Amino acid sequence: MLNTQYMTRLLAGAACLVSVAAYAHPAEDLVKTTTQDVLTILKRDNKPGNEKLVRDQVTAKLLPYFDFTRMTALVVGKNWRSATPAQQASLTKEFKTLMIQTYSNVLTSTKVDNITVKPVQDPDTSTDVMVKTVVNRSGAAAIPVDYHMASNGSTWKVYDVIAEGRSIVTAQRSSYSQVVTQSGIDGLIKELASKNQQPQAKP
Amino acid sequence: MRRLLPVTLCCSFLLAGCATPENQGDPLEGLNRQVYRFNSAVDKAALKPLAQGYAAVVPRPARTGVHNFFNNIGDIFVSLNNLLQGHPDQTASDLGRIVINSTVGVVGLVDVASKVGLEKHDADFGQTLGKWGLGSGPYLVLPFFGSTTLRDSSDIVANIALYQHISPEASTRDKINPVRVLDARAQLLGVDSLLESSGPDEYAFVRSTYLQGRQNKIIGQVEPAPLEDDPGPTPEAPASEVTP
Repeated sequence: MLNTQYMTRLLAGAACLVSVAAYAHPAEDLVKTTTQDVLTILKRDNKPGNEKLVRDQVTAKLLPYFDFTRMTALVVGKNWRSATPAQQASLTKEFKTLMIQTYSNVLTSTKVDNITVKPVQDPDTSTDVMVKTVVNRSGAAAIPVDYHMASNGSTWKVYDVIAEGRSIVTAQRSSYSQVVTQSGIDGLIKELASKNQQPQAKP
Repeated sequence: MRRLLPVTLCCSFLLAGCATPENQGDPLEGLNRQVYRFNSAVDKAALKPLAQGYAAVVPRPARTGVHNFFNNIGDIFVSLNNLLQGHPDQTASDLGRIVINSTVGVVGLVDVASKVGLEKHDADFGQTLGKWGLGSGPYLVLPFFGSTTLRDSSDIVANIALYQHISPEASTRDKINPVRVLDARAQLLGVDSLLESSGPDEYAFVRSTYLQGRQNKIIGQVEPAPLEDDPGPTPEAPASEVTP
């Protein structure tokens, strides 16, 4: 009798613990599953000569969760509004290509052990959160990488990546501003397109 | 170093006024860009290939040992700066690291301290001066040393003084320093491919990431101010998602 009572309490306690542990912000869950999937791909397929396969798989995994239009708008800054929808679309396309190339180059050339996703501190109702992660590498210092994410009502998407306190959007913005000032939106599109067409440097 | 630091300090105060938001804290941009080009050329022609060779030839455990060795020497300044920044607990931990790693860890080759829970901290003179309220001064790109600011160049000066103190014979330093440079560059292999995403102006991209990183270390993570041009989250299935 005493034993069953004790067991019931223990079970109830365990159930509570499980439900507490299982709860996490939806953005946090998304980052957790996505980084896990990417790591699995890297660990399984990342071998010399296999770069393209890895790149395609990682890209397919990550693409749905990046808001490239918003990122491009933030990078271009005040000139974004004066750009035509067609210009905006081609800017976004070039920016997206650049980001995907870089990101997959970094991923395929870095030895990542595992990625820790920290609990999101923002309230559950918030539609704009920072998901903090730490990328642990073997034989090198760990890198904190934070994802600034927002919900558009149905999907959570990343609109800035902050590595060791450095925002990629802020850095890009500074890189683009001079070209936009000097040669306008069309000049920027041309510059980006030519950069993207360059043969990729071997990492 | 005792003589150099006040000089650096005075210069910083004098030049801090030159860094304005209009020139992104970079009044010497013209000169800096030239030095940046020089450094990139040196890196491409010599430093990066050498670091790649080093990473390919020397097995990982040996490279880790080398990295730990220099980290252990670096902990001397980490502990001092933690003290100057008012973190005596971290100073104690840093001193503990030096003692353990220099003895049990065989002159610093093995980072035993991290394994027993004394984690490596990050503190330097630039951070200390920043936390004391000193502005960064102008952004500088120094030949071979790369991105710094007038304030943060105090670390370069301090480290030269430290190594001069540790090994007074120039011949020993001539053997140590190349390995130190190789180790530092090899640490960046892989991560440096991020530069390919620098967009149209690599110099401005590097300057922004350097200054952001320093600011983050000195006043903590800065939430970027909401941008006035932010269109907000893109609604589902916008035009740009039709074809990649």
